[in-house]
Amino acid sequence: MKKKPKVRLIFPGRRKFFQNFIFVLFRLAAVINGLALLIIVYFMIANGWQAINWEFLTQPPKEAMTRGGILPCIIGTLYLSLGAMLIAFPIGVASAVYLNEYAQPSRILRIIRLGINNLAGVPSVVFGLFGLAFFVVWLKFGISLLAGALTLAAMTLPVIIGATEEALKAVPNTYREASLGLGATKWQTILRVVLPTALPGILTGAILSISRAAGETAPIMFTAAVFYTPQLPTSLFDEIMALPYHIYVLSTAGTEIETTRHLQYGTSLVLIALVLGLNLIAIIYRARLQRRMQ
Amino acid sequence: MDAGPKMTIKNLNFYYGNFQALYDISLDIFPNQVTAFIGPSGCGKSTFLRCMNRMNDLISVSRVEGEILLDEKNIYDPAVDVVTLRSRIGMVFQKPNPFPKSIFENVAYGLRVNGIKDKTFIINRVEETLKQAALWDEVEDRLNDSALSLSGGQQQRLCIARALAVRPEVLLMDEPASALDPIATQKIEELIQQLKQSLTIIIVTHNMQQAARVSDITAFFYLGKLIEIDETDMLFTRPQLRQTEDYITGRFG
Repeated sequence: MKKKPKVRLIFPGRRKFFQNFIFVLFRLAAVINGLALLIIVYFMIANGWQAINWEFLTQPPKEAMTRGGILPCIIGTLYLSLGAMLIAFPIGVASAVYLNEYAQPSRILRIIRLGINNLAGVPSVVFGLFGLAFFVVWLKFGISLLAGALTLAAMTLPVIIGATEEALKAVPNTYREASLGLGATKWQTILRVVLPTALPGILTGAILSISRAAGETAPIMFTAAVFYTPQLPTSLFDEIMALPYHIYVLSTAGTEIETTRHLQYGTSLVLIALVLGLNLIAIIYRARLQRRMQ
Repeated sequence: MDAGPKMTIKNLNFYYGNFQALYDISLDIFPNQVTAFIGPSGCGKSTFLRCMNRMNDLISVSRVEGEILLDEKNIYDPAVDVVTLRSRIGMVFQKPNPFPKSIFENVAYGLRVNGIKDKTFIINRVEETLKQAALWDEVEDRLNDSALSLSGGQQQRLCIARALAVRPEVLLMDEPASALDPIATQKIEELIQQLKQSLTIIIVTHNMQQAARVSDITAFFYLGKLIEIDETDMLFTRPQLRQTEDYITGRFG
Protein backbone atom coordinates (compact mmCIF):
# COMPACT_ATOMS: atom_id res chain seq x y z
CA MET A 1 0.00 0.00 0.00
CA LYS A 2 1.26 3.37 -0.93
CA LYS A 3 1.05 6.00 1.72
CA LYS A 4 -0.77 9.09 0.72
CA PRO A 5 1.42 12.13 1.17
CA LYS A 6 0.23 14.12 4.12
CA VAL A 7 -0.84 17.62 3.28
CA ARG A 8 -1.09 19.89 6.25
CA LEU A 9 -3.32 22.79 5.50
CA ILE A 10 -2.41 25.94 7.27
CA PHE A 11 -5.57 27.95 7.58
CA PRO A 12 -5.39 31.45 6.21
CA GLY A 13 -6.48 32.82 9.56
CA ARG A 14 -3.56 31.20 11.26
CA ARG A 15 -1.02 32.45 8.72
CA LYS A 16 -2.41 35.94 9.03
CA PHE A 17 -2.20 35.77 12.80
CA PHE A 18 1.41 34.65 12.58
CA GLN A 19 2.26 37.47 10.21
CA ASN A 20 0.67 40.06 12.48
CA PHE A 21 2.51 38.62 15.46
CA ILE A 22 5.87 38.98 13.68
CA PHE A 23 5.10 42.55 12.60
CA VAL A 24 4.22 43.47 16.17
CA LEU A 25 7.58 42.13 17.31
CA PHE A 26 9.39 44.16 14.63
CA ARG A 27 7.44 47.27 15.48
CA LEU A 28 8.41 46.76 19.11
CA ALA A 29 12.07 46.57 18.10
CA ALA A 30 11.73 49.89 16.28
CA VAL A 31 9.91 51.50 19.20
CA ILE A 32 12.65 50.42 21.63
CA ASN A 33 15.13 52.37 19.50
CA GLY A 34 13.16 55.56 19.63
CA LEU A 35 12.45 55.04 23.29
CA ALA A 36 16.15 54.68 24.12
CA LEU A 37 16.91 58.04 22.49
CA LEU A 38 13.97 59.69 24.26
CA ILE A 39 15.04 58.34 27.64
CA ILE A 40 18.62 59.50 27.16
CA VAL A 41 17.58 62.98 26.09
CA TYR A 42 14.99 63.19 28.87
CA PHE A 43 17.57 62.19 31.45
CA MET A 44 20.05 64.78 30.22
CA ILE A 45 17.45 67.53 30.21
CA ALA A 46 15.97 66.61 33.59
CA ASN A 47 19.36 66.59 35.26
CA GLY A 48 21.15 69.27 33.33
CA TRP A 49 18.71 71.98 32.39
CA GLN A 50 19.21 74.05 35.55
CA ALA A 51 22.89 74.34 34.66
CA ILE A 52 22.11 75.91 31.30
CA ASN A 53 22.06 79.67 31.28
CA TRP A 54 23.73 82.49 29.43
CA GLU A 55 26.76 82.51 31.72
CA PHE A 56 27.22 78.75 31.29
CA LEU A 57 27.38 79.11 27.50
CA THR A 58 29.51 82.26 27.33
CA GLN A 59 31.99 82.15 30.23
CA PRO A 60 35.06 80.05 31.03
CA PRO A 61 34.94 77.81 34.12
CA LYS A 62 35.59 79.48 37.49
CA GLU A 63 36.58 78.43 41.02
CA ALA A 64 38.22 75.13 40.17
CA MET A 65 35.49 74.40 37.62
CA THR A 66 32.68 74.34 40.15
CA ARG A 67 31.15 77.51 38.72
CA GLY A 68 31.19 79.57 35.58
CA GLY A 69 30.68 78.27 32.07
CA ILE A 70 32.02 75.96 29.41
CA LEU A 71 32.65 78.30 26.49
CA PRO A 72 36.25 77.09 25.89
CA CYS A 73 34.95 73.50 25.69
CA ILE A 74 32.26 74.39 23.16
CA ILE A 75 34.71 76.30 21.00
CA GLY A 76 37.32 73.55 21.39
CA THR A 77 34.95 70.78 20.32
CA LEU A 78 33.67 72.81 17.37
CA TYR A 79 37.21 73.48 16.18
CA LEU A 80 38.25 69.88 16.72
CA SER A 81 35.38 68.27 14.82
CA LEU A 82 35.35 70.78 11.98
CA GLY A 83 39.15 70.53 11.75
CA ALA A 84 38.97 66.74 11.62
CA MET A 85 36.38 67.02 8.82
CA LEU A 86 38.45 69.52 6.85
CA ILE A 87 41.30 67.00 6.86
CA ALA A 88 39.45 63.69 6.60
CA PHE A 89 36.69 64.61 4.12
CA PRO A 90 38.86 65.49 1.09
CA ILE A 91 41.34 62.67 1.75
CA GLY A 92 38.56 60.15 2.35
CA VAL A 93 36.57 61.10 -0.74
CA ALA A 94 39.70 61.16 -2.89
CA SER A 95 40.72 57.70 -1.65
CA ALA A 96 37.27 56.29 -2.29
CA VAL A 97 37.16 57.77 -5.80
CA TYR A 98 40.54 56.26 -6.55
CA LEU A 99 39.60 52.85 -5.16
CA ASN A 100 36.21 52.72 -6.84
CA GLU A 101 36.70 54.57 -10.14
CA TYR A 102 40.35 54.31 -11.14
CA ALA A 103 42.12 51.40 -9.47
CA GLN A 104 42.30 48.13 -11.38
CA PRO A 105 41.63 45.06 -9.26
CA SER A 106 44.98 43.85 -7.95
CA ARG A 107 46.73 42.42 -4.95
CA ILE A 108 47.81 45.84 -3.73
CA LEU A 109 44.25 47.10 -3.95
CA ARG A 110 43.06 44.17 -1.84
CA ILE A 111 45.67 44.94 0.79
CA ILE A 112 44.72 48.62 0.86
CA ARG A 113 41.06 47.69 1.33
CA LEU A 114 41.94 45.26 4.08
CA GLY A 115 43.91 48.00 5.79
CA ILE A 116 41.02 50.47 5.61
CA ASN A 117 38.54 47.94 6.98
CA ASN A 118 40.83 47.09 9.86
CA LEU A 119 41.47 50.76 10.57
CA ALA A 120 37.71 51.12 11.12
CA GLY A 121 37.88 48.49 13.84
CA VAL A 122 40.76 49.99 15.82
CA PRO A 123 39.60 51.21 19.28
CA SER A 124 39.64 54.96 19.70
CA VAL A 125 42.06 54.88 22.64
CA VAL A 126 44.62 53.27 20.32
CA PHE A 127 44.20 56.21 17.97
CA GLY A 128 44.80 58.44 20.99
CA LEU A 129 48.10 56.75 21.77
CA PHE A 130 49.07 56.77 18.11
CA GLY A 131 48.34 60.51 17.97
CA LEU A 132 50.44 61.06 21.06
CA ALA A 133 53.40 59.17 19.66
CA PHE A 134 53.18 60.42 16.08
CA PHE A 135 51.69 63.92 15.98
CA VAL A 136 52.45 65.18 19.49
CA VAL A 137 55.92 63.74 20.06
CA TRP A 138 57.44 62.73 16.75
CA LEU A 139 56.13 65.59 14.62
CA LYS A 140 56.55 67.89 17.66
CA PHE A 141 53.06 69.43 17.37
CA GLY A 142 52.73 69.18 21.18
CA ILE A 143 49.35 68.84 22.86
CA SER A 144 47.46 70.95 20.38
CA LEU A 145 44.32 71.53 18.37
CA LEU A 146 46.21 70.38 15.28
CA ALA A 147 47.36 67.09 16.80
CA GLY A 148 43.83 66.38 18.07
CA ALA A 149 42.16 67.19 14.76
CA LEU A 150 44.65 65.00 12.89
CA THR A 151 44.09 62.12 15.31
CA LEU A 152 40.31 62.42 14.97
CA ALA A 153 40.72 62.64 11.19
CA ALA A 154 42.70 59.39 11.15
CA MET A 155 39.95 57.78 13.19
CA THR A 156 37.08 58.96 10.97
CA LEU A 157 38.81 58.35 7.62
CA PRO A 158 37.68 54.72 7.21
CA VAL A 159 34.07 55.71 7.92
CA ILE A 160 34.17 58.39 5.22
CA ILE A 161 35.92 56.09 2.73
CA GLY A 162 33.42 53.31 3.39
CA ALA A 163 30.36 55.54 3.02
CA THR A 164 31.76 57.22 -0.10
CA GLU A 165 32.55 53.89 -1.75
CA GLU A 166 29.01 52.66 -1.06
CA ALA A 167 27.61 55.87 -2.52
CA LEU A 168 29.82 55.59 -5.63
CA LYS A 169 28.80 51.96 -6.16
CA ALA A 170 25.15 53.05 -6.07
CA VAL A 171 25.67 55.38 -9.06
CA PRO A 172 24.33 53.47 -12.09
CA ASN A 173 27.09 52.47 -14.50
CA THR A 174 24.95 53.67 -17.37
CA TYR A 175 25.48 57.29 -16.18
CA ARG A 176 29.22 56.78 -16.58
CA GLU A 177 28.76 55.24 -20.03
CA ALA A 178 26.41 58.02 -21.15
CA SER A 179 28.91 60.65 -20.07
CA LEU A 180 31.88 58.93 -21.69
CA GLY A 181 29.76 58.37 -24.80
CA LEU A 182 29.36 62.14 -25.16
CA GLY A 183 33.12 62.63 -25.31
CA ALA A 184 33.67 63.42 -21.64
CA THR A 185 36.95 62.33 -20.07
CA LYS A 186 36.94 60.01 -17.10
CA TRP A 187 37.75 62.90 -14.79
CA GLN A 188 34.92 65.06 -16.21
CA THR A 189 32.58 62.11 -15.77
CA ILE A 190 33.56 61.69 -12.13
CA LEU A 191 33.44 65.40 -11.34
CA ARG A 192 30.24 66.31 -13.18
CA VAL A 193 28.12 63.16 -12.99
CA VAL A 194 29.38 60.55 -10.54
CA LEU A 195 30.24 62.73 -7.54
CA PRO A 196 27.12 64.95 -7.69
CA THR A 197 24.93 61.83 -7.91
CA ALA A 198 26.74 60.23 -4.99
CA LEU A 199 26.89 63.39 -2.87
CA PRO A 200 23.87 62.68 -0.61
CA GLY A 201 25.36 59.29 0.31
CA ILE A 202 28.79 60.81 0.85
CA LEU A 203 27.26 63.43 3.15
CA THR A 204 25.64 60.67 5.22
CA GLY A 205 29.13 59.35 5.89
CA ALA A 206 30.32 62.81 6.78
CA ILE A 207 27.41 63.27 9.18
CA LEU A 208 28.19 60.01 10.94
CA SER A 209 31.85 60.80 11.29
CA ILE A 210 31.46 64.40 12.45
CA SER A 211 29.20 63.18 15.26
CA ARG A 212 31.73 60.59 16.20
CA ALA A 213 34.61 63.07 16.09
CA ALA A 214 32.75 65.55 18.28
CA GLY A 215 31.90 62.97 20.91
CA GLU A 216 35.12 61.01 21.30
CA THR A 217 37.21 61.44 24.43
CA ALA A 218 40.00 58.92 24.11
CA PRO A 219 41.66 60.24 20.91
CA ILE A 220 41.89 63.80 22.24
CA MET A 221 42.85 63.24 25.87
CA PHE A 222 46.49 62.61 24.98
CA THR A 223 46.70 64.84 21.95
CA ALA A 224 44.68 68.04 22.30
CA ALA A 225 42.55 68.48 25.39
CA VAL A 226 43.72 69.75 28.75
CA PHE A 227 42.15 69.83 32.17
CA TYR A 228 41.76 73.58 32.20
CA THR A 229 42.76 76.54 30.09
CA PRO A 230 41.01 79.87 30.41
CA GLN A 231 42.10 81.02 26.95
CA LEU A 232 40.22 80.38 23.76
CA PRO A 233 42.48 78.84 21.11
CA THR A 234 44.13 81.38 18.85
CA SER A 235 46.47 79.10 16.95
CA LEU A 236 46.57 75.52 15.70
CA PHE A 237 49.23 74.76 18.28
CA ASP A 238 47.19 75.83 21.32
CA GLU A 239 46.00 73.38 23.93
CA ILE A 240 42.25 73.34 24.15
CA MET A 241 39.37 72.26 26.33
CA ALA A 242 36.73 70.00 24.81
CA LEU A 243 33.24 68.96 25.87
CA PRO A 244 33.67 65.17 26.13
CA TYR A 245 36.94 65.48 28.02
CA HIS A 246 35.44 68.14 30.29
CA ILE A 247 32.59 65.78 31.20
CA TYR A 248 35.12 63.06 31.90
CA VAL A 249 37.21 65.37 34.08
CA LEU A 250 34.27 66.79 36.04
CA SER A 251 32.84 63.38 36.79
CA THR A 252 36.05 61.54 37.67
CA ALA A 253 38.82 63.91 38.68
CA GLY A 254 37.25 67.08 40.00
CA THR A 255 37.44 68.16 43.61
CA GLU A 256 33.68 68.36 43.94
CA ILE A 257 32.29 65.47 41.90
CA GLU A 258 28.98 65.36 43.75
CA THR A 259 28.25 69.09 43.76
CA THR A 260 29.07 69.51 40.07
CA ARG A 261 26.63 66.82 38.88
CA HIS A 262 24.36 69.40 37.27
CA LEU A 263 27.36 70.87 35.43
CA GLN A 264 28.27 67.41 34.12
CA TYR A 265 24.76 66.86 32.80
CA GLY A 266 24.57 70.40 31.53
CA THR A 267 27.78 69.88 29.56
CA SER A 268 26.45 66.59 28.18
CA LEU A 269 23.30 68.35 27.10
CA VAL A 270 25.34 70.98 25.28
CA LEU A 271 27.42 68.25 23.62
CA ILE A 272 24.31 66.41 22.39
CA ALA A 273 22.79 69.67 21.16
CA LEU A 274 26.01 70.51 19.34
CA VAL A 275 26.20 67.11 17.63
CA LEU A 276 22.52 67.23 16.67
CA GLY A 277 23.02 70.76 15.39
CA LEU A 278 25.96 69.76 13.20
CA ASN A 279 23.97 66.76 11.96
CA LEU A 280 20.96 68.93 11.24
CA ILE A 281 22.94 71.28 9.01
CA ALA A 282 24.24 68.34 6.98
CA ILE A 283 20.83 66.63 6.86
CA ILE A 284 19.08 69.77 5.64
CA TYR A 285 21.73 70.28 2.97
CA ARG A 286 21.41 66.64 1.90
CA ALA A 287 17.62 66.88 1.69
CA ARG A 288 17.92 69.97 -0.51
CA LEU A 289 20.32 68.16 -2.81
CA GLN A 290 18.03 65.16 -3.10
CA ARG A 291 15.00 67.32 -3.81
CA ARG A 292 16.87 69.06 -6.60
CA MET A 293 17.59 65.68 -8.20
CA GLN A 294 14.03 64.34 -8.08
CA MET B 1 24.42 53.80 -53.48
CA ASP B 2 26.69 56.58 -54.68
CA ALA B 3 28.40 57.51 -51.42
CA GLY B 4 31.08 55.27 -50.00
CA PRO B 5 30.55 53.60 -46.65
CA LYS B 6 30.63 55.77 -43.50
CA MET B 7 32.03 52.90 -41.49
CA THR B 8 33.70 49.70 -42.61
CA ILE B 9 34.24 46.75 -40.32
CA LYS B 10 36.95 44.33 -41.39
CA ASN B 11 37.41 40.86 -39.88
CA LEU B 12 36.43 41.89 -36.39
CA ASN B 13 36.98 39.40 -33.58
CA PHE B 14 36.14 40.31 -30.01
CA TYR B 15 37.00 38.51 -26.76
CA TYR B 16 35.94 38.83 -23.14
CA GLY B 17 38.95 37.16 -21.50
CA ASN B 18 39.02 33.69 -23.05
CA PHE B 19 35.47 33.88 -24.35
CA GLN B 20 35.13 34.88 -27.99
CA ALA B 21 31.99 36.99 -28.37
CA LEU B 22 32.32 38.03 -32.03
CA TYR B 23 33.68 35.97 -34.95
CA ASP B 24 35.23 37.53 -38.03
CA ILE B 25 32.63 40.18 -38.75
CA SER B 26 32.92 42.29 -41.89
CA LEU B 27 30.30 44.75 -43.07
CA ASP B 28 29.76 48.30 -44.34
CA ILE B 29 27.61 51.02 -42.80
CA PHE B 30 26.36 53.59 -45.31
CA PRO B 31 25.75 57.26 -44.56
CA ASN B 32 22.21 58.58 -44.05
CA GLN B 33 20.83 55.11 -43.71
CA VAL B 34 19.48 53.17 -40.79
CA THR B 35 21.23 49.86 -40.29
CA ALA B 36 19.50 47.44 -37.93
CA PHE B 37 21.19 44.57 -36.08
CA ILE B 38 18.81 41.78 -35.17
CA GLY B 39 19.27 38.41 -33.54
CA PRO B 40 18.38 36.48 -30.41
CA SER B 41 19.63 37.56 -26.97
CA GLY B 42 23.33 36.92 -26.46
CA CYS B 43 24.13 36.84 -30.18
CA GLY B 44 26.67 39.64 -29.83
CA LYS B 45 24.75 42.46 -31.50
CA SER B 46 25.05 44.79 -28.50
CA THR B 47 28.69 43.83 -28.02
CA PHE B 48 29.33 44.68 -31.66
CA LEU B 49 27.59 48.03 -31.27
CA ARG B 50 29.73 48.83 -28.25
CA CYS B 51 32.88 48.07 -30.26
CA MET B 52 31.95 50.88 -32.63
CA ASN B 53 32.49 53.68 -30.12
CA ARG B 54 35.04 51.71 -28.11
CA MET B 55 32.74 51.51 -25.09
CA ASN B 56 34.10 48.00 -24.55
CA ASP B 57 37.45 49.60 -23.69
CA LEU B 58 35.97 50.09 -20.22
CA ILE B 59 36.06 46.34 -19.66
CA SER B 60 39.62 45.57 -18.71
CA VAL B 61 39.65 41.94 -19.93
CA SER B 62 38.28 42.72 -23.39
CA ARG B 63 40.34 42.39 -26.55
CA VAL B 64 39.67 43.41 -30.15
CA GLU B 65 41.17 42.06 -33.38
CA GLY B 66 40.49 43.45 -36.83
CA GLU B 67 39.60 46.95 -37.94
CA ILE B 68 36.72 49.37 -37.66
CA LEU B 69 37.12 52.23 -40.09
CA LEU B 70 35.31 55.53 -39.65
CA ASP B 71 35.78 57.65 -42.79
CA GLU B 72 38.52 55.21 -43.76
CA LYS B 73 40.48 55.66 -40.52
CA ASN B 74 40.83 52.80 -38.05
CA ILE B 75 39.25 53.81 -34.74
CA TYR B 76 41.41 51.26 -32.90
CA ASP B 77 44.60 52.88 -34.15
CA PRO B 78 46.76 53.78 -31.10
CA ALA B 79 46.96 57.37 -32.35
CA VAL B 80 43.19 57.81 -32.15
CA ASP B 81 41.94 59.82 -29.17
CA VAL B 82 39.03 57.82 -27.82
CA VAL B 83 37.46 60.88 -26.17
CA THR B 84 37.26 62.73 -29.49
CA LEU B 85 36.05 59.58 -31.21
CA ARG B 86 33.14 59.24 -28.83
CA SER B 87 32.00 62.78 -29.52
CA ARG B 88 31.77 61.82 -33.23
CA ILE B 89 29.85 58.62 -32.50
CA GLY B 90 26.89 59.18 -30.18
CA MET B 91 25.14 56.48 -28.20
CA VAL B 92 21.63 55.93 -26.89
CA PHE B 93 21.09 53.18 -24.33
CA GLN B 94 18.45 50.57 -23.72
CA LYS B 95 16.99 52.12 -20.59
CA PRO B 96 16.53 55.89 -20.60
CA ASN B 97 19.40 57.20 -18.48
CA PRO B 98 19.18 60.99 -18.22
CA PHE B 99 21.54 62.45 -15.65
CA PRO B 100 19.89 63.59 -12.40
CA LYS B 101 20.21 67.17 -13.57
CA SER B 102 17.83 69.63 -15.19
CA ILE B 103 16.46 69.01 -18.70
CA PHE B 104 18.57 71.90 -20.00
CA GLU B 105 21.76 70.66 -18.33
CA ASN B 106 21.31 67.18 -19.76
CA VAL B 107 21.38 68.51 -23.31
CA ALA B 108 24.08 71.08 -22.52
CA TYR B 109 26.30 68.44 -20.87
CA GLY B 110 28.04 67.23 -24.02
CA LEU B 111 28.77 70.81 -25.07
CA ARG B 112 30.18 71.74 -21.67
CA VAL B 113 32.48 68.73 -21.41
CA ASN B 114 33.76 69.48 -24.89
CA GLY B 115 34.87 72.89 -23.66
CA ILE B 116 32.12 75.14 -25.06
CA LYS B 117 31.55 78.08 -22.71
CA ASP B 118 29.62 80.57 -24.88
CA LYS B 119 26.24 80.83 -23.12
CA THR B 120 24.22 82.08 -26.09
CA PHE B 121 25.63 79.31 -28.24
CA ILE B 122 24.69 76.69 -25.65
CA ILE B 123 21.17 78.07 -25.19
CA ASN B 124 20.57 78.13 -28.95
CA ARG B 125 22.04 74.68 -29.46
CA VAL B 126 19.91 73.18 -26.67
CA GLU B 127 16.73 74.63 -28.17
CA GLU B 128 17.67 73.55 -31.68
CA THR B 129 18.51 70.03 -30.51
CA LEU B 130 15.37 69.60 -28.42
CA LYS B 131 13.36 70.62 -31.49
CA GLN B 132 15.27 68.12 -33.57
CA ALA B 133 14.45 65.43 -31.00
CA ALA B 134 10.74 66.40 -31.12
CA LEU B 135 10.74 67.25 -27.42
CA TRP B 136 10.83 71.05 -27.42
CA ASP B 137 7.05 71.60 -27.33
CA GLU B 138 6.71 69.37 -24.30
CA VAL B 139 9.52 70.87 -22.24
CA GLU B 140 10.09 74.47 -23.37
CA ASP B 141 8.50 75.96 -20.24
CA ARG B 142 10.15 73.56 -17.78
CA LEU B 143 13.76 73.39 -18.94
CA ASN B 144 15.01 73.79 -15.38
CA ASP B 145 12.96 70.89 -14.02
CA SER B 146 14.75 67.67 -13.21
CA ALA B 147 15.04 65.32 -16.18
CA LEU B 148 13.80 62.54 -13.91
CA SER B 149 10.38 64.22 -13.76
CA LEU B 150 9.78 63.34 -17.44
CA SER B 151 7.95 60.19 -18.59
CA GLY B 152 9.97 57.22 -19.85
CA GLY B 153 9.40 58.08 -23.51
CA GLN B 154 10.27 61.73 -22.95
CA GLN B 155 13.39 60.69 -21.04
CA GLN B 156 14.51 58.56 -23.97
CA ARG B 157 13.98 61.42 -26.44
CA LEU B 158 15.94 63.62 -24.03
CA CYS B 159 18.76 61.06 -24.13
CA ILE B 160 18.64 61.20 -27.93
CA ALA B 161 18.78 65.01 -27.73
CA ARG B 162 21.69 64.77 -25.32
CA ALA B 163 23.57 62.61 -27.84
CA LEU B 164 22.62 64.89 -30.78
CA ALA B 165 23.76 68.08 -29.04
CA VAL B 166 27.41 67.44 -29.88
CA ARG B 167 26.44 66.83 -33.53
CA PRO B 168 27.72 63.27 -33.91
CA GLU B 169 28.18 61.79 -37.36
CA VAL B 170 26.96 58.35 -36.31
CA LEU B 171 24.31 57.49 -33.72
CA LEU B 172 24.39 54.08 -32.07
CA MET B 173 21.09 52.99 -30.54
CA ASP B 174 21.04 49.95 -28.27
CA GLU B 175 17.40 48.72 -28.16
CA PRO B 176 16.27 52.30 -27.62
CA ALA B 177 12.55 51.50 -27.36
CA SER B 178 12.56 48.18 -25.54
CA ALA B 179 11.69 49.79 -22.19
CA LEU B 180 8.93 51.99 -23.66
CA ASP B 181 5.21 51.66 -24.34
CA PRO B 182 3.93 51.42 -27.96
CA ILE B 183 3.11 55.12 -28.34
CA ALA B 184 6.47 56.24 -27.01
CA THR B 185 8.07 53.62 -29.28
CA GLN B 186 6.27 55.04 -32.29
CA LYS B 187 7.57 58.52 -31.53
CA ILE B 188 11.12 57.21 -31.29
CA GLU B 189 10.74 55.41 -34.62
CA GLU B 190 9.41 58.55 -36.33
CA LEU B 191 12.33 60.43 -34.86
CA ILE B 192 14.79 57.89 -36.30
CA GLN B 193 13.29 58.43 -39.75
CA GLN B 194 13.82 62.18 -39.50
CA LEU B 195 17.28 61.94 -38.02
CA LYS B 196 18.70 59.74 -40.76
CA GLN B 197 18.57 62.69 -43.14
CA SER B 198 21.41 64.30 -41.19
CA LEU B 199 23.36 61.36 -39.77
CA THR B 200 24.07 57.66 -39.93
CA ILE B 201 22.12 55.45 -37.55
CA ILE B 202 22.82 51.96 -36.29
CA ILE B 203 20.11 50.39 -34.18
CA VAL B 204 20.16 47.15 -32.24
CA THR B 205 16.72 45.68 -31.72
CA HIS B 206 15.20 42.37 -30.74
CA ASN B 207 11.94 43.53 -32.26
CA MET B 208 11.84 42.39 -35.87
CA GLN B 209 8.83 44.50 -36.81
CA GLN B 210 10.76 47.50 -35.58
CA ALA B 211 13.77 46.59 -37.71
CA ALA B 212 11.45 46.16 -40.71
CA ARG B 213 9.78 49.52 -40.07
CA VAL B 214 12.77 51.76 -39.42
CA SER B 215 15.80 50.33 -41.19
CA ASP B 216 17.19 50.38 -44.72
CA ILE B 217 19.70 47.60 -44.14
CA THR B 218 19.32 44.71 -41.71
CA ALA B 219 22.06 42.45 -40.41
CA PHE B 220 21.18 39.17 -38.70
CA PHE B 221 23.56 37.90 -36.01
CA TYR B 222 23.62 34.51 -34.41
CA LEU B 223 26.09 33.17 -31.81
CA GLY B 224 28.58 35.94 -32.42
CA LYS B 225 28.58 35.57 -36.20
CA LEU B 226 27.13 37.77 -38.89
CA ILE B 227 24.80 35.37 -40.71
CA GLU B 228 23.23 37.58 -43.31
CA ILE B 229 23.08 41.24 -44.26
CA ASP B 230 20.87 42.74 -46.91
CA GLU B 231 18.48 45.53 -47.73
CA THR B 232 15.73 45.28 -45.15
CA ASP B 233 12.96 44.55 -47.71
CA MET B 234 15.00 41.72 -49.20
CA LEU B 235 16.07 40.20 -45.90
CA PHE B 236 12.54 40.05 -44.55
CA THR B 237 10.87 38.84 -47.77
CA ARG B 238 13.53 36.72 -49.46
CA PRO B 239 16.22 35.74 -46.99
CA GLN B 240 19.06 33.86 -48.62
CA LEU B 241 19.78 31.51 -45.75
CA ARG B 242 17.64 29.01 -43.92
CA GLN B 243 18.82 30.24 -40.48
CA THR B 244 17.69 33.78 -41.24
CA GLU B 245 14.35 32.58 -42.48
CA ASP B 246 13.80 30.46 -39.38
CA TYR B 247 14.56 33.42 -37.16
CA ILE B 248 12.45 36.03 -38.92
CA THR B 249 9.51 33.66 -39.17
CA GLY B 250 9.75 33.02 -35.46
CA ARG B 251 10.77 29.37 -35.57
CA PHE B 252 13.55 29.96 -33.06
CA GLY B 253 15.11 32.69 -30.96
